[in-house]
Amino acid sequence: MPRSLHPAAWWIWALALGAAALRTKNPLVLLLIGAVAWLVVVSRRGNAPWARSFGSFVRIGIWVVVIRVALQVLFAVRLPGHELFALPSIELPSWMAGVSLGGPVTTEALVTAFYEGLQLAVLLACVGAANSLASPYRLLRCLPTVLYEAGVVVTVALSFAPQASTSVHRVQEARRLRGRPHTGVQGLRGLAVPVLEGALDRSLFLAASMDARGYGRKALVPEGRRRVTNVALGLGVMATLIGAYGLLDGSSPSGLGLPALACGAVLLAGALGLGGARSSRSRYRPDPWLLPEWITVAAGVAAYVGVAVSARLDAASLNPGTSPIVAPSLPVYATAGVLLAAVPAFATPRPAP
Amino acid sequence: MIRFDHVTFTYAEAPEPALRDVDLHIPGGELWLVIGETGSGKSTLLQAINGLVPHFTGGELLGRVEVDGLATSTHPPRELAGTVGMVGQDPDAGFVTDVVEDELAYTMENLGVAPAVMRRRVEDVLDLLNLHPLRTRALASLSSGQKQRVAIGSALTASPRVLVLDEPTSALDPGAAEEVLAALTRLVHDLGITVVTAEHRLERVLQYADRVAVVEGGRVSVASPAEAMVGASVVPPVVALGRAVGWSPLPLSVRDARRLADGLRSRLPVGPVVPPHHAPDGDPDVVPLPGAVVGSTTRLGARYGSVVALRDVSLDVRAGEVLAVMGRNGAGKSTLLAHLAGLREPTDGKVTIDGQVPHRLKARDLVRRVALVPADPGMLLYAETIDAECRGADRDSALDPGTTRAAVERIVPGLDPAAHPRDVSEGQRLGVALGVVLAPAPPLVLLDEPTRGLDYVAKARLVEILRELSASGHAVVMATHDVELVAEVAGRVVVLADGEVVADGPAREVVCHSPIFAPQVAKVLAPDEWLTVAEVEAALAS
Repeated sequence: MPRSLHPAAWWIWALALGAAALRTKNPLVLLLIGAVAWLVVVSRRGNAPWARSFGSFVRIGIWVVVIRVALQVLFAVRLPGHELFALPSIELPSWMAGVSLGGPVTTEALVTAFYEGLQLAVLLACVGAANSLASPYRLLRCLPTVLYEAGVVVTVALSFAPQASTSVHRVQEARRLRGRPHTGVQGLRGLAVPVLEGALDRSLFLAASMDARGYGRKALVPEGRRRVTNVALGLGVMATLIGAYGLLDGSSPSGLGLPALACGAVLLAGALGLGGARSSRSRYRPDPWLLPEWITVAAGVAAYVGVAVSARLDAASLNPGTSPIVAPSLPVYATAGVLLAAVPAFATPRPAP
Repeated sequence: MIRFDHVTFTYAEAPEPALRDVDLHIPGGELWLVIGETGSGKSTLLQAINGLVPHFTGGELLGRVEVDGLATSTHPPRELAGTVGMVGQDPDAGFVTDVVEDELAYTMENLGVAPAVMRRRVEDVLDLLNLHPLRTRALASLSSGQKQRVAIGSALTASPRVLVLDEPTSALDPGAAEEVLAALTRLVHDLGITVVTAEHRLERVLQYADRVAVVEGGRVSVASPAEAMVGASVVPPVVALGRAVGWSPLPLSVRDARRLADGLRSRLPVGPVVPPHHAPDGDPDVVPLPGAVVGSTTRLGARYGSVVALRDVSLDVRAGEVLAVMGRNGAGKSTLLAHLAGLREPTDGKVTIDGQVPHRLKARDLVRRVALVPADPGMLLYAETIDAECRGADRDSALDPGTTRAAVERIVPGLDPAAHPRDVSEGQRLGVALGVVLAPAPPLVLLDEPTRGLDYVAKARLVEILRELSASGHAVVMATHDVELVAEVAGRVVVLADGEVVADGPAREVVCHSPIFAPQVAKVLAPDEWLTVAEVEAALAS
């Protein structure tokens, strides 16, 4: 039966894929991750407006790469190596030591910058994939009740990107009707203000509408319990962040990642359980969590595990040297893991038309 | 049910109060109509009912507002959600979820309604507002009329005691508007819900209203509909007809008027002598015939994904004619305009404007041939001041400095050039947008829903502008639901249904015999073909 997958499954899948991308600067692995994200998006996105946002994220990613390389050429610290060409360099005052403007540009520096830019771009593509695949509103709906106080902010923020992309389109049309160039660099100028203005207006309307429709109604909760919930929630978020940092940054002590994440998860679960009684919300037709959701989550986690195993066994293959430049290769476990992440493209139900 | 006790409200940093000493009592189970010009304080009054004013907007509220015994001073909007259902002006901006069904259930979820009850109420509302075929659709894919119905539905599912609506039918086609109003009256009659609605198109709502609250400069006076119409400066056509012929009491609905019209029909000839839409300056001898073809479509077809928006549309638009494109919400009217304006590439067939293919033209060349004012004219304006807007337009289209300013001045005289385009009234904004796109003197002018959100004063001015445009040889194509506007200005009407042309002919022929698109005067005097009060008055005078 066609149905849309639980939004949390898509987000976990995409975040795991993104976490995998953060562990490697190998361009082949990164491109593979990007390709997997693209494949799943084109085969499983619906036709809602946010489903088209993947393309925008990819475009932003390409700009990130370009800007990262350009900055390297103009400003960055010089890496020794084969000089490609030299820009006229400008002497900066001594208090700006460490920053240089212009000067020789080496292949090594360009390649390093490209790898770093590509990593960010692929991470963006993963977030974009989650954005295209999962309805942000449905995701918010399955947030536990205790988090609802931050919900207005989150809903407004979530609606920002799709609405902005719709309004970019409308502003471009309006510009064409006004006889202004609507594409290219010239078209980009003067696009930002009307789009942001429109998005802000809409955000206000949306917040008013949520308020008028009973969002965030109080339910009677004893003061003490509320305080305990909030403390546990704060600690849980902190522990989760520390854990995530540990897992993403290969150089941190290995004892940090998993235990902190587990600790955070327990605290959060406790807080959510305690706070569950706080809201008198009910749910209309909740999204089911069935086998395809488990498969999707497992596929995402497989990508991360694959990359992590490769990092443990053969760290050099995940961060191919740039000085001197070493041709990147595809490490076995990482490749296998990332390829497994493509399974949801076939193993999940199609979205409802 | 709703009680305003000496309410005075001032927005933060506003020099004048938006509401002055409002004293109102709206009993339960009545339908109240709130009327007044744009900026008179209508929306503020409505938002004060559920506490959005002042809880959300800020500002200072003196006095007391009470709904069903709950004071808004102590109960913020979210606590009143189960009591007051609110439908804003722009349904799109108020949607919180993304699918019709979820949106309908949203308020109930917040109120903690039991799942089984939610299922049942959603089904009830789907039937009540005829939303059943749309239940799984993404909100973004709906037409504006469908969106409006979903917005009303999502307020209804929570079964509120009071329903507040701001311009609920302004985006709807006449058929859908009738449906919504029928649903509202059913709510009032059968379920005893109190309905408070603001509306510019009096002709649609007046007959259903129990009381009318007239808002003028923040002051509110209450009268029965008939009393309110006696001294009102703007009235729906059926009332205007009653005044012109001297009926008393004034008829408020077509049915009332038909009962009185027998005598009138015998005094009138069978039909008007002069087609008035071609006599813009009151000189019936000068009837400019439509001139050369300025734009045409040949077997035009358009598709969005798998949805066919237009099929085999062949039209010629001639200089000097005002062509109204009518049809249901989602029938393809806006798509047709977008193709004529060169915003989209046709899937099939072709579009020609002035011998050129519009979507291939450079923006700068395009604006000299065709102008389109979208349903939200503010989209066209993005400078900080009206003056900067005009100067920018001169630059863009390589016009002599001051050309645009003069064009705007001709349409909306006396605007403050330093004002921000967002700060002027709805009607003035439309005027500025029109002026800006008309400055390069395009022979073809397209308007999408020009009367949406306009009060009667602004609409009267729009009618004048359209007549001037057609008299000066422009071809005007407007997509509209406003049958009274069509009766006033259109010479020719094209009716679209599901993307196909189902009628194309002189306005009088097309609209007079349609049960949906006929203006009030035509309905009153049917089967004789009269369109406007002015025609009847002229015939009586001669």
